[in-house]
Amino acid sequence: MIYREAGDFKTGYREDGQTFPIRLDRWAYYALIAVAVLVVPFVIDDYWASAVILPFLIYSIAAIGLNILTGYAGQVSLGTGGFMAVGAYAVYKLMTAFPEISIVIHILLAGGITALVGMLFGLPSLRIKGFYLAVATLAAQFFLVWLFNKVPWFYNYSASGQITAPTRTVLGEAVTGPAASAPAKYLICLGFVFVLAWLARNLTRGTLGRKWMAIRDMDIAAEIIGVNPLTAKLSAFAVSSFFVGIAGALLFAVYLGAAEVGEAFGINKSFLVLFMIIIGGLGSIFGSFAGAAFLVLMPVFLKNLMTGGLGWPTDLAAHVELMIVGAMIVIFLIAEPHGIARLWALAKEKLRLWPFPH
Amino acid sequence: MKRLTLTALAAAVALTAAPASADLIVPNLSYRTGPYGANGTQYADGFNDYFTLLNERDGGIGGELIQVPECETAYNTEKGVECYEATKEGALVFNPLSTGITYQLIPKVGVDKKVLYTPGYGRTSAKNGKVFEWVFNAPANYWDGASVAIKYLLDENGGDLSGKKIALVYHNSAYGKEPIRTLQELAEKHGFTLSEIPIEAPGQEQKSQWLQIRRDQPDYVLMWGWGVMNQVAIQEAANIRFPMENFIGIWWAGSEIDVTPAGAGANGYKSMTFNGVGMDYPLYDDLKTHVIDPGKASQGGEHVGSAVYSRGLYAAVVIAEAIRKAQELAGTSAITPEQLRDGFENLDMTDERLTEIGLPDFGPAFQLSCANHGGNGMARVQQWDAEAKTWNLITEFTEPDNEVLDPLIAEDSEAYAQEAGVTPRDC
Repeated sequence: MIYREAGDFKTGYREDGQTFPIRLDRWAYYALIAVAVLVVPFVIDDYWASAVILPFLIYSIAAIGLNILTGYAGQVSLGTGGFMAVGAYAVYKLMTAFPEISIVIHILLAGGITALVGMLFGLPSLRIKGFYLAVATLAAQFFLVWLFNKVPWFYNYSASGQITAPTRTVLGEAVTGPAASAPAKYLICLGFVFVLAWLARNLTRGTLGRKWMAIRDMDIAAEIIGVNPLTAKLSAFAVSSFFVGIAGALLFAVYLGAAEVGEAFGINKSFLVLFMIIIGGLGSIFGSFAGAAFLVLMPVFLKNLMTGGLGWPTDLAAHVELMIVGAMIVIFLIAEPHGIARLWALAKEKLRLWPFPH
Repeated sequence: MKRLTLTALAAAVALTAAPASADLIVPNLSYRTGPYGANGTQYADGFNDYFTLLNERDGGIGGELIQVPECETAYNTEKGVECYEATKEGALVFNPLSTGITYQLIPKVGVDKKVLYTPGYGRTSAKNGKVFEWVFNAPANYWDGASVAIKYLLDENGGDLSGKKIALVYHNSAYGKEPIRTLQELAEKHGFTLSEIPIEAPGQEQKSQWLQIRRDQPDYVLMWGWGVMNQVAIQEAANIRFPMENFIGIWWAGSEIDVTPAGAGANGYKSMTFNGVGMDYPLYDDLKTHVIDPGKASQGGEHVGSAVYSRGLYAAVVIAEAIRKAQELAGTSAITPEQLRDGFENLDMTDERLTEIGLPDFGPAFQLSCANHGGNGMARVQQWDAEAKTWNLITEFTEPDNEVLDPLIAEDSEAYAQEAGVTPRDC
């Protein structure tokens, strides 16, 4: 009754093709952006930033990146952790080598370097598909972690192989290093998330995105209608790795502040991001956010509920938390294999008919 | 859906964020799950039990009860950061028992002004208090451990290690890589060859590394391992019949659970240690009366007296002594983290004081100052008796080779100061 297209007249193709065709959706989106920019920075504290919001924003970028590759272009990748490590080490080398240049440029460059590395490891995708490609990207994961552990140049010859982010500022406010305030860290991540999600949304509904989806749905048919698999697949790897690289750079520089490749960017990270897009919904930008929110917020929520709210011992809570999150993943996949994005779409369908379903 | 979760989350956090009493808060960032959970549990129990004892027997320290809120990190840096942020409100000192988490917290504690106490782990160069104002790693650090181990081997070989081959089997992480610099310097000084053999975390798969050791036939093997890696390494060493008395682990590779799976094969295995093991100390009488018998022991007290439990207890002892010192200096019992830092910097752990506590000869005597946050680095060697299932101390506390270590510490801490933009204090 309230949530409907009727009465919202479109007078041009641009309006017809907009991301949020329903007025209520549009308002909700503007309201969300307004709250994120105008309210959250003033109320956020260190705990909320470090435990909840920063990881959510950063993993959202990584999930969007992997979703472009796996959800839109159909190329399965298990190398996300390795590519995040490329972004992290690239930004570390750039930050320490050129301290006078803005960190924003360094993060973008780190994304660019990761894009190049991603394209290199994407080359096998021209010959192999499916599980075989997954194994090839798994090799990338292990090779990259080994590389950053083995070659001391990458960690500036520090005794322990740890990389630590020095303090860097944007407009005079520290955004990395120990002195960075929670709002500053939040705003820099929010800025990247906003721009990158906007970019991803527009890429995936343009020519490039249609080419990716054509390749995903049937590569031979795509080739026959004139999609070049070389450029389509490599561009998917490049764009995806660019996103993942930026996520890795932010994860290290802004969120963690110090990292070690095996621990922070191991195979577990690859699986985590893959689970996010599977639970959130393959081929959906909203699904990337929903999946990241589910896997970042759920453990923290359960932990606080069980140890803080119910006063359980920490080890029991940790074990129960693992079981609940695992069970919820299984239940989700059985009940809705297309992820939270599909649930969301169904809910919207129902809402349009409400209160007169037929 | 998302908004719902967030509101629920807000409610849950609001529930948890209320430790607003006047007690002294010493959070325990522990890990009882994951590949290192078996060791982490024992450490956390020892840490909790000592503070429980002080609260039960003496009513806390200087009349202030000690609160030890626990937070599970699973040895994971991201959860470690979350735990730190969740518990830092009003907290005095952190002891995360993870070198990775320590590296993450070192810059943060400087800004938040909290003490970070990392006995026997963490960043070695934090010994230099001029640069690392808030970090303490007494009584011994990894470089001390490496140096004392080599000193022990020198003694075994009549003061000469030239031409010997020593292999370092290490956890391929910040923790395992820490001793390499020192061992390289020591290899140059004493003329032995060092081969470095990394093992990927968590370390369940070590076949190829031990094959390499069997082929190279090193005279001695040193190990920087933790968790399941230790058990596998000792089992593999037993499998290739490597002489156990030539196999020395760092203190984190020297607990009962590391050696028992290999059974009699582990007999004679040695490890470094800086604390005593077992329950033959007068303190345990009090612990039994006030903590274990009334059923107040952490997790039911099943690990009381084990090597890692004792180390957790020792960490709690040092923190408690620092709190006492801080109260004495500040003239108030409700101390702040700044006052606790002063307490640490003026801490003098004498043998007499340890005896008074009920732990004679349990740890080394050491004295801290503004410049020296690491004590004198003394450690000793213990050996496993598989038949009696006990660790026997086989050397006295030995000083490390400071001639080699001091320049390394100065170099590394200077590098940190430059990188992080810290101006060293005048001490």
